[in-house]
Amino acid sequence: MTATTPSLMSYDEALAAFDPVLGLEVHVELNTASKMFCGCSTTFGADPNTQICPVCLGLPGALPVLNGEAVKAAVRIGLALNCSIADWCRFARKNYFYPDMPKNFQTSQYDEPIAFDGWTEIEVEDGRGGVDRFRIGIERAHMEEDTGKSLHVGGATGRIHGADHSLLDYNRAGVPLIEIVTKPVEGTGAKAPEVARAYVGHLRELLLALGVSHVRMEQGNLRCDVNLSLRRDPSAPFGTRSETKNVNSLRSVERAVRYEISRQAALLSAGEKVVQETRHWHEDTGVTTSGRSKEQAEDYRYFPEPDLAPIAPSRDWVEELRATLPEPPRERRARLQQEWGFSDLEMRDVAGAGALALVEQTIAAGCAPQAARKWWLSELARRANERGVEPTELPVTPAQVAELQHLVDSGRVNDKLARQVLDGVLAGEGSPEEVVTARGLEVVSDDSALGSAVDRAIEANPDVADKIRGGKAAAAGALIGAVMKEMRGQADAGRVRELILERLS
Amino acid sequence: MAEQDTPAITRDEVAHLAHLARIDLSDAELDHLAPQLAVILEAVASVSKVAAEDIPPTSHAVPLTNVFRPDEVRPGLTAEEALAGAPEAEDQRFRVPRILGEEA
Amino acid sequence: MSEWVHQSAADLASALNSGETTSVEVTQAHLERIAAVDGDVHAFLHVDTDGALRAARASDERRAAGRTSSVLDGVPVAVKDVLATKGMPTTCGSRILQGWVPPYDATVVARLREAGLPILGKTNMDEFAMGSSTEHSAYGPTRNPWDLERIPGGSGGGSAAAVAAYEAPLAIGTDTGGSIRQPAAVTGTVGVKPTYGGVSRYGLVALASSLDQAGPVTRTLLDAALLHEIVGGHDTMDSTSIDQALPPLVEAARNPDLRGVRVGVVQELGGEGYQAGVRARFDDSVALMVDAGAEVVEVSCPHFEYGLGAYYLILPSEASSNLAKFDAMRYGLRVLPDGVDAPSAEQVMTATREAGFGDEVKRRIILGTYALSSGYYDAYYGQAQKVRTLISRDFAAAFEQADVLVSPTAPTTAFRFGEKLDDPVAMYLNDIATIPANLAGVPGVSIPNGLADEDALPSGLQILAPATADDRLYRIGAAVEGLLNASWGGPLLAKAPELGGHA
Repeated sequence: MTATTPSLMSYDEALAAFDPVLGLEVHVELNTASKMFCGCSTTFGADPNTQICPVCLGLPGALPVLNGEAVKAAVRIGLALNCSIADWCRFARKNYFYPDMPKNFQTSQYDEPIAFDGWTEIEVEDGRGGVDRFRIGIERAHMEEDTGKSLHVGGATGRIHGADHSLLDYNRAGVPLIEIVTKPVEGTGAKAPEVARAYVGHLRELLLALGVSHVRMEQGNLRCDVNLSLRRDPSAPFGTRSETKNVNSLRSVERAVRYEISRQAALLSAGEKVVQETRHWHEDTGVTTSGRSKEQAEDYRYFPEPDLAPIAPSRDWVEELRATLPEPPRERRARLQQEWGFSDLEMRDVAGAGALALVEQTIAAGCAPQAARKWWLSELARRANERGVEPTELPVTPAQVAELQHLVDSGRVNDKLARQVLDGVLAGEGSPEEVVTARGLEVVSDDSALGSAVDRAIEANPDVADKIRGGKAAAAGALIGAVMKEMRGQADAGRVRELILERLS
Repeated sequence: MAEQDTPAITRDEVAHLAHLARIDLSDAELDHLAPQLAVILEAVASVSKVAAEDIPPTSHAVPLTNVFRPDEVRPGLTAEEALAGAPEAEDQRFRVPRILGEEA
Repeated sequence: MSEWVHQSAADLASALNSGETTSVEVTQAHLERIAAVDGDVHAFLHVDTDGALRAARASDERRAAGRTSSVLDGVPVAVKDVLATKGMPTTCGSRILQGWVPPYDATVVARLREAGLPILGKTNMDEFAMGSSTEHSAYGPTRNPWDLERIPGGSGGGSAAAVAAYEAPLAIGTDTGGSIRQPAAVTGTVGVKPTYGGVSRYGLVALASSLDQAGPVTRTLLDAALLHEIVGGHDTMDSTSIDQALPPLVEAARNPDLRGVRVGVVQELGGEGYQAGVRARFDDSVALMVDAGAEVVEVSCPHFEYGLGAYYLILPSEASSNLAKFDAMRYGLRVLPDGVDAPSAEQVMTATREAGFGDEVKRRIILGTYALSSGYYDAYYGQAQKVRTLISRDFAAAFEQADVLVSPTAPTTAFRFGEKLDDPVAMYLNDIATIPANLAGVPGVSIPNGLADEDALPSGLQILAPATADDRLYRIGAAVEGLLNASWGGPLLAKAPELGGHA
C-alpha cells in the first residue's frame, strides 16, 4: 500500500488504443460433508481448530485418502464445461513453505488435470436489447485442497504488514477445491469487464445447478483470480499480463478488469512496461496494488504424490455421471421462460440479476412465477444492492420468500406488512411465520376489533358516511384509509370495506 | 546437464537450494556440502543414461488406482489435543511469528 | 538374567498359555534386561516401563478371564521411534522432534495394542531413517551387541540390537532401502520387509513414501510371521495399502520346505565389493539349500546396478518434501535465530531446520530439492522413475525362472564407528543388495547365515519373493533357518559374546 497511485487512462481511450486479453482462474470450494483427504467436517464458521485431525494438520506419519465424492464432483464440473475427462491422472505435490499450509506442500494436480480442454458459452447484453454470445475456452479443471486461515495480530486492521505475530486456524485446511482455468479469452474488446463478470456469474449458476458447491462468494466458496494483458491489436502476440488475486464478488470482477485495463493502458501509452506480477484487489478503494515483487519465478518442485493412488475414471462411470448433469443454462432458460410465461425482457432481467436459480427455487417452493420474479428483482434486489452483496448472499432462502408470498396470498399480511416481515427475516429473526408472530404483524380481520374501528371512522366522518348511504360506494376509500391509519396498516382492507358497506347500506 | 560426466554443483547453487528448503546453512556447511553433493551426483548420474525414451516412469511400487474414501465425517482431534504439541498457542490457535508475504 | 528373555515369542506365547508365566513376569524380565544392558547397547530412546507393565497386567487379566486378544497377547514388543505412539514420545532420532508426543497411534501401533502386546519403548534409529549405521541418530549411536565398537546397521539399528541383546523378543522396524534387513544381517537377527502395501504406513513418519515399509524384527522366522500377521493387512487409512488378505504366513513358517523350489542367485548381487567371508557364507547357504532339494538357477538382473543411483535420487526427492512439515509452526522444536529482533516466521523456520536437522538429513534434503527443481527433474527424478520400471521388469523376468531370489543381504559385516561417516557414497553402498526390493515393492527377508571367517561377525542371507508372495519368504526362510541351526547346533545368536551387563 506504499505505492503511489498510478495514472489511469480513461476506459474509452484505453479501448481505442488496445485490445484486452482475459484469463480467469476460479477456485471453487466443494460442498462435500468431509474434507478432500480426511474425514473432518467442512462446515463453515466452527470454532478455531475444531475440525482438524492428524491428516489435515499435517502431523508426522499421517496419510491422505481421497474423498470419492470430490472426484465425482470434479468429473461432473468437467463434463458440464464440455471438458475431456482424463483416463488416468495423478495428484502432485506443489512444494513451497507457508505457515497456513500444514505440510508445506499443497496436494494438487499439475500436468495431469482430471478435466481439460473444454468450453462454455456466456451471454452479455449488446446494448441494443439483444445479447452477444462469447465462447470461453476451458484449459483445465483440477482438484486440490484449501489452506488454513491466518489472523494477523498487532498490526493495523489485521493486515499482514506490521503484524507482531499471527494466529493459525486449520479448519479450512484440506477442504476440497476445484480450480477452473480458462484459455486466454480474446475478442471481447470493450466488453472484457462484462464478459469476465458474466463468466463468473455463469459458473456460479452452473455450479449451483450441479449442486457441488454452496457458491457463496462472501464465504470464499468461489474465489477468482483475474489475468489481464493488453496488446496494440488483435493480431499482435499477447502482452505481459498481471494476475489480480482476491477478487471475490461479481461486481469486483468487473471493476478489477476495468481498472487493470485503464492502468495497463496508461503504462503502455507512456512507453512503460507492464510488470508480470501478482496484484491485489482492494474492494474498498476499487484499485489493484502490486504484490510482493518476486525476484525469480517460484520453483514448486512438483512431483507425483506417492501417498495417493492414481485416478482412472472408467468410461462407463464418466457416462453415468454425464447422465446426471443438469440441463445446460441456455436451454434451461428457454424452458423456464416458457413454463413461467415470462417476456424476453423479464427473463433477461432475471438472468442478468443472477437470480434465475433463486426464482426457480422460489417457484418450486410454491410461489407464483410473477410474484417470485417481483420479489427477487425489486424488493430483494434493492436490499442486496443496499448491502453491496449479491441476491444469493442475502440471508433469506427461496423457501422463505415463497412462504412470505403465501402469507400475502392468504391475506394474512398485506404488501406493506410483507416488507416488514422481510426486514425481520433479513435481520435473522427467523422464518416469515416466526417474524409475523414475534412482531405481531398479522392483518387484523377479526370483526370485533375491526367493527369498533369502523364505527369510530363513521362517527368521525359523517359527511363521507352520508355519501355512502347515498349510494356512493366509491367514497368508502376515505373511511378505509382512516381505519388503516388507526390500526397502523394491519387491518384487512377487504373486510373493512365490507363492514363499512354493511353498516351504511 | 545430465550428459556431463561430472555434474557440477556450485556453492551458490547449494545456497539457493538451502533457501528453497528453508535451511539456514552456515558458511562452513556450504563449503563442505557442495563438493560432497557433487560426488553423490556423480555416483548417481548413471541413471540419466540407461532408460530409453519409451520406458514409462514408475511413481508407485504397487499399481493401485481409484482408492477412494466415502464422504463421511469422522471424529478428529480436539483443539486441545492438536495444540498440545504447539510451540505456542493463543485463543485456540497456533501462534507463529509474523508472516512475511503477500498482502492478504 | 531371567530365562524368559532368551525365549522366542512363540515359546513365550506357549508359556503364557500354559500358565508357566505371566505377561507381567515376561515384561518385567525384559525391562530388567534393558536396565542391565541398554547402557552399553543404547537400543532404546524411550522406555515405557509403566505403560508396558500396565498393558501386561491387562493382558494377564484377559487371559485369566479366558479371552486373549491374539496369539501374541502379553508378549512384549519394541517399536522403532519412527512410528507415532499416542502419549509416548516419537522423535525419529531427530532433535527437531525432541519432546513431541503424538496425539494418535500409527495403525501398526494400534494393532499391536489391540493384539495385547505390551510396548516396551521406542528404539533408536538414524535420524528420519537416513543411514545404515544408526550413527546419524541425534541421540547417539546404538552399539552392536556382537562388538560394542561396531555399528548395528541402520537405520533400524535400535530394533535389531534390542532383539539381538535379548532386550525384546520382538520389534518393529521400517525398511526404505534395507533398514530392516541390513541391521538384521549385521546383528545376527531376522528382519522382514513385507510387500509394499502389505503393512499400513499410516503413522509411519515418512522418509520416502513410495519405498517405506514397516515389518518385523525378530530372532526366528516363526516369530516374524506371527508379528507380521498381527500388524499386516489392509488399512483404509493408507491409500497405498493392498486391499486383500495376507497370505498364510504363520502356516508357511510352520511348514518349511525347500523341495523343488527354484532358487535364483542374482549374478549382479555378489562378487566384487562383497567381503570374502560374506561371500563364503552365502555360498554355504546356497549349497545347503541344494542339499535340501532346491534347484539353483542363475538369474541376471542387469538394471540392478542402477538401483543405487535411482534410489539416491528418489529417496532424497520424496524426503525433501516429506520433511518440509518440520517448520516450527505446529509442533516440535522452535529455534529463534541469533541476533534477530522480532524474527519472521520464515527466519524461525530456517533457523529451526538448521539447528534441528543433522548433517545427513540436510545433505539429502538439499540433494532432493536439487533433483526436483525445474530444469533437473527430467534428468534426475524422471529418469530414476524410469530405472524403477526397468528394475521391476528385471524382477518380473527373474521370477519367471525362479520362485525366490537370493543374495547376501549386505556386502560387509558390521563396520567400526566413524569408518564411513563422512563418506556418504561408501555409506550408501551398504544398501546395494537391499534397495532393488524397495524400488520394485517386492518382499524380502534377511536370515542370519553364519559368521564371516575374517572377523567372526554375522552375515545375512537375503531372500526375495514376488509382490504379495510374502509366504514364500517364510516357507523357504524357515527351511534355511532350520538347516543352519542344525549345522550350528543352535541359533547363531548363542555364539554372541555375553554382554558385560551391570545386572
